[in-house]
Amino acid sequence: MTVLLSVQGLTKQFGGLQALTQITFDLPQGQILGLIGPNGAGKTTLFNVINGVYHPEVGRIIFRDKDVTGMKSYDLAHMGMARTHQIVRPLNELTVRENVMVGACFGRENHNLGKAAGIADEVLGFVGLDSRADQMAGSLNVAQKKRLEMARALAAHPYLLLLDEVLAGLNPSEIDGMVQTVRKIREQGITIIMIEHLMKAMMNVSDRIIVLDYGEQIADGTPHEIANNPRVIEAYLGDSSLANQLLEEE
Amino acid sequence: MKQLKSIGLWVSLLAVAALGIGPIANHSASLRETIYIIMQVIVLAASLNILLGFTGYVSFGHIVFFGLGGYVGLYLINAQDWPLWSAALAGGLASGLLAFLLGKAILRLRGAYFALATIGINEAVRAFTNNFDPFGGPIGMTLNFKVYNSYGGAANALWMAYYAVFAIALLAVVLNFVVKNSKFGLGLMAIREDEGAAEVMGVITPNAKTWAFVLSAILPGIVGTLFFFKNGHIEPGDAFRLDYSIEMLVIVMLGGQGSVLGPILGAAGYEGLRNYLLTSPLFKNIQLSVAGALLLVIVLFIPAGAVGWLRRRVPIFGKVLA
Repeated sequence: MTVLLSVQGLTKQFGGLQALTQITFDLPQGQILGLIGPNGAGKTTLFNVINGVYHPEVGRIIFRDKDVTGMKSYDLAHMGMARTHQIVRPLNELTVRENVMVGACFGRENHNLGKAAGIADEVLGFVGLDSRADQMAGSLNVAQKKRLEMARALAAHPYLLLLDEVLAGLNPSEIDGMVQTVRKIREQGITIIMIEHLMKAMMNVSDRIIVLDYGEQIADGTPHEIANNPRVIEAYLGDSSLANQLLEEE
Repeated sequence: MKQLKSIGLWVSLLAVAALGIGPIANHSASLRETIYIIMQVIVLAASLNILLGFTGYVSFGHIVFFGLGGYVGLYLINAQDWPLWSAALAGGLASGLLAFLLGKAILRLRGAYFALATIGINEAVRAFTNNFDPFGGPIGMTLNFKVYNSYGGAANALWMAYYAVFAIALLAVVLNFVVKNSKFGLGLMAIREDEGAAEVMGVITPNAKTWAFVLSAILPGIVGTLFFFKNGHIEPGDAFRLDYSIEMLVIVMLGGQGSVLGPILGAAGYEGLRNYLLTSPLFKNIQLSVAGALLLVIVLFIPAGAVGWLRRRVPIFGKVLA
């Protein structure tokens, strides 16, 4: 298995705040890596650093055997990295099709408008937005906007897809639909890192999970290992042994 | 879809042509002067539209490109004996070059900071020409009237300038249409809607913005040369008028930013209104305040301008108007 993305000792600070500390992992091609952690753990910051929105103080990012530390997001997009945003960022005054065409035109494959329109229609069919193609993106509801984010990212035909909470704010049937979509994306050979709060969906869909807490990587393993890791339980539920101790003293 | 889009282009070109034919048909010099100004405003507004309407950057000092083009062009005609056409082209290129050099520096700024920087540049270039002796300093330059002889006399030269500005107005409309329907234009509109998201999707934003800025500067430089050639005189106060810059913004927003027809409707509408105001005893001294009030009304009630309003009210226009 070849390594698609290698993150080595990544550290990011905002003023005095240590947002990420020494994050290190290798991501083999074709894997779905889940990224979990309490609010403020640094998950989206990690995406922003991998994606070139922020530059790390320390550490290196190797993408497709090339050191991409400090590169701009558009350079990474051209190299085959695409992402969705936790808070959706549709291009409101453009149609849904045009939104997706931006991804196809300026992403890895650098298509012309005609070819991009074809890809856009194909991808919109895949995420189930084909009937909305000529609508303004601003007129979509939240679930549709999340799908639009996904469609834009997929239209670039990326090697690596960063999904930031695509399930948040969706109702249970929409979640099932989205989980199916994520699985189908993986079948196309796209490697995925996803941030999610919904444990059940995450345990289902990920091959491997990394847990962040206060910017530190506290666990890395299969969903089963993670579910039984005491440090993870502590991060989410507080210190379990201390809780037990207190109960006994009562 | 394709056919409908090109109908929009033809509607816009016809609108410009209909305006432009009038003076030619009845050989009226006074009508020609009125329409000349409207054509010039169409060029300036359509050029600004590339930056304001497509890219979403508000330039308050766009008139700097008009003034600089005028200065460079007139200098070349006067002092270097260049023919009008190459001088006008050089004026346009000089403006484009200034935009290119400034682009990378000030297009990093967003929102109000960019707008302020453009005002600063206009004032800086004005101060520079004020103190630059080859351009005549504060007195400016007066065209040697013998120059007109090589164009068949002054009367003929004025007609020639009119034909030229007419042609450039048509060119400006075509340029707007081509940019809007190109991949480059899609990238600009992505920047307008959300610059960060555009970058993540792979739009090389510094380059796209710089080229938009350059494209929006060239035609104003060319019509700057034409105008001051026709005028026979240029001085800093006339070349870099901040109030013209603001009027251009009003015109683009009145017509509908980001549309091809918008700058044409805006230019014709605003100039019509201004001519009325300037001749009306009641408003003649406060016509700029009326422009300000108009801008306020547009921003508050019809942010999409006349074209946006028409599109919303009359569904068929939504498909046809470019």
